Amino acid sequence: MPSNDERWLDDEAGPVVRPYALTQGRTRHTGESFDLVATVMATRASADPSSLAPEHISVLQLARTPTTVADIASDVDLPLGVVRILLADLRELGLVAISTPVTMADRIDKHILREVLNGLRAL
Amino acid sequence: MDYGPSDPGGSAGPQSHRAIKILLAGGFGVGKTTLVGAVSEIRPLRTEEPLTEGSMRTDSTQGVEGKTTTTVAMDFGRISLRRDLVLYLFGTPGQQRFWFMWDELAIGALGAVVLADTRRLAESFPAIDYFERRDIPFIVALNCFDGARIYEIEEVRMALDLEPEMPIVLCDARSRESAKQVLIALVEHLLQAAPEQPVSGIA
Repeated sequence: MPSNDERWLDDEAGPVVRPYALTQGRTRHTGESFDLVATVMATRASADPSSLAPEHISVLQLARTPTTVADIASDVDLPLGVVRILLADLRELGLVAISTPVTMADRIDKHILREVLNGLRAL
Repeated sequence: MDYGPSDPGGSAGPQSHRAIKILLAGGFGVGKTTLVGAVSEIRPLRTEEPLTEGSMRTDSTQGVEGKTTTTVAMDFGRISLRRDLVLYLFGTPGQQRFWFMWDELAIGALGAVVLADTRRLAESFPAIDYFERRDIPFIVALNCFDGARIYEIEEVRMALDLEPEMPIVLCDARSRESAKQVLIALVEHLLQAAPEQPVSGIA
């Protein structure tokens, strides 16, 4: 049975260095870290397009409606680490707000679980 | 325990969009991707793995100065339960060398499903250990492959050294309904353990 559980791309993935050219070589983002399912939403602040890379603009467009870090990374087809840096740049410029998922492990209660359960049963 | 304001204005801010994370762990080829695909809209995600000393020796890094990461592809699934409530299902690669990814995924996860193949039960040990040590609630789902001997659930419980109250469910990872039942079993298990904390202000 074919399985995609483990796909080593290595050589097929192409140069590893290039995506980080988008981030001027940075591999760590600034500021508070954020979860894969943290919600990103564009603010109403206007951006100076000359200060942004095309990838920043793609990310910003995706965040016009609330969307998660994982969804953005999948949509722009860039490695997660690169997307995190682009998002942190946009946050620093005040162009996006990134919020922690409401359902963190220490805040789980029966109300949310019942909502999830009802949602699953209705699928 | 105090909760933050529950968005009384009902505005469509980021807080009203809730993302819930469930992990799906298990050995290589046990059917994680199949299960994610059966029940959700599957999406690819690229991430990077820092090259360890061990992999440095086997990966040819000649001519790629400063190459310290390699790309790992993984999938995740998204299930929209409601417009503002989305469940994310992350399949976590089973091998220990991917634990750096588990640590990232595990933070804030609601719970986990350990998918096991009864012919290779030992491959689910690392995942079970991982969740037990971090107190992440989980259930075990046995993927019943064609022709696999259907083990008695209690035999599996003994083999995996699981507590009597730990749910073990049988599933067919290819079936949407079966995959859905696995997730329902996990959430029911979480409900039993969760504190009764009504949140005011949300109807």
